[in-house]
Amino acid sequence: MTSTPIVRLENVRKQYGKVVSLKDVTLEIGANEIVGLIGDNGAGKSTLIKVLTGVEQPSSGTIYVRGQKIDAASYSVKEAHKLKIETVYQDSSLGEKQPLWRNFFVGRPLTNRFGFIDVKAEKRIANEIMRSTIGFRGVGIDVETPVSRLSGGERQGVAIGRAMHFDSDLIVLDEPTVALALKEVNKVLDFIRSIKAGGRSCIYIEHNIHHVHEVCDRLVVLDRGEIALDAPTSSMTYTELTDFLMSLHKPRVAATN
Amino acid sequence: MSAGGNVTQARTNPVASFFKIEGTATALVFVVLIVVFMITAPRAFLGYRVYMSFMASVPPPLIIALGLTLVATAGEMDLSFPSVVAFASYVFAFLFQQYDMTWLALIAALATGTAMGFVNGLVVTKLGIPSMIATLAMMFLWGGLLTVVSNGLTVAIPAIDGTLIQSIMVGRVGGIVPMQMIWAIGISIFVWQLLNRHRFGENILFIGDSMKVAKVVGIQIDREKIKLFTLMGFLSALAGVFLTVETTTYFNQQGQGYLLTVIAAVFIGGTSIFGGSGKIVGTVFASLIVAVIEAGLVASGVQGFWTRFFIGLVFIISVVMNTAIEDPDKVPLIKSVRSRLRH
Repeated sequence: MTSTPIVRLENVRKQYGKVVSLKDVTLEIGANEIVGLIGDNGAGKSTLIKVLTGVEQPSSGTIYVRGQKIDAASYSVKEAHKLKIETVYQDSSLGEKQPLWRNFFVGRPLTNRFGFIDVKAEKRIANEIMRSTIGFRGVGIDVETPVSRLSGGERQGVAIGRAMHFDSDLIVLDEPTVALALKEVNKVLDFIRSIKAGGRSCIYIEHNIHHVHEVCDRLVVLDRGEIALDAPTSSMTYTELTDFLMSLHKPRVAATN
Repeated sequence: MSAGGNVTQARTNPVASFFKIEGTATALVFVVLIVVFMITAPRAFLGYRVYMSFMASVPPPLIIALGLTLVATAGEMDLSFPSVVAFASYVFAFLFQQYDMTWLALIAALATGTAMGFVNGLVVTKLGIPSMIATLAMMFLWGGLLTVVSNGLTVAIPAIDGTLIQSIMVGRVGGIVPMQMIWAIGISIFVWQLLNRHRFGENILFIGDSMKVAKVVGIQIDREKIKLFTLMGFLSALAGVFLTVETTTYFNQQGQGYLLTVIAAVFIGGTSIFGGSGKIVGTVFASLIVAVIEAGLVASGVQGFWTRFFIGLVFIISVVMNTAIEDPDKVPLIKSVRSRLRH
């Protein structure tokens, strides 16, 4: 990688009591790349993301954002937002009963100095994001539509569009296609491509290896708290990748038996 | 529509879009009730006196209901307000009677209620007790404390007649319109702005919608809830002072009668019982509805005992209707009827 990576984790370790979730992970996310993060349940994917986005502090190790060392003790979600790192959670990013325009700006509304919201401006900008960034056209959705009337894929689109509007350099997607119909999955994959087209980076956590192989530039496989693979997608075919993942399984099954 | 070109115009149903305007359904029920009572009790409802008396008696419960609408929007409940109303009333009446204070007594009463609300907020957020139970306990606690402080005595303040504070708070404009109604309308507009146009309102909408989402988007949930209960305390105290100045009396049970009717008004008005949506205009009309039912039934010659029965009936029907408007599948009866119709 030529430029400084957006995020660099160095020898990061995280343990909860006796359970070690991450052992000695070193990982970089570069500018404008989509990184697929794969791993079984309990492999440490969500712990890695929590450490990366300030939800939890690492037990040891260092985090660098754009080359700057981060003070682990004061690193929080708010701090991560300021550093332009944003996470889109599967089912907890949007307020169901609230209209789209509120969902775009909640937490950081456009207000005057008395705290009153500039509703007109928010609606106008939300409308622009919907048309341009996430490409909602027609389909009877406007900025007044409550989120509860959107499909699963559209919801991911709104959350991703929001992250892009607030100029996040790194957007973390936590299993965005779980429980979605095939047509909806394709929408989400398009949103992920638009992140790259917009010059930003993305960490895409997924169970479905096929989707990951389709859109990601680089693959990172976590296995029992360690990085088992970190390679460009182009270096592996889909079959090679599945074979590799299966080979991870075997010794584990043998060991537990 | 003309500029965009590719936007499909949503099919507009005039009836549906009419009911989308906040509070229209509740306002319609109010108008229907008035018309019905004009027929069943023409002597009372065709004159202006009954409306004058509504405008004098509705403002205190309305002001409390406005605060409770915000609380319910956040998915919380406050059952302690009757004791806050009573406490603030006592502070005001006592200071006026003993020390001839007027505006200072008002400020002291409001400060007392605000502080009580703040403590309520701390109990709800820091002790982690669900607000329904926490504020029930606080109702006993504040009410008990008041009985100790006041010895359970009544404080009459007839001397407030003719004072400036009385004419500003509860005087009659042009000899007809009670000032408290004008204040209540002003407060309603302010609370509407707060809920729908202020970041505080947006925060409580999202807190009521989903605590998880509120946290993820960076809302400081505890801080906003404490502010919310503090505001509720302030509004309850203000209602208490209006009531005391209007009736020129504080008595031990002051405000107790509001508990059920105020909660009824909030939910009849269309505020979601699940949180995440609050209707200020609905609350205003529902407060009037509750008062009109009480007066109208009596004036129509129905026995007074029936009033609570009818409020209960209107309550159930309204909440079911409001829930069905929000999401028909949330009402099991409608859900099963709908699914049977589909097959």
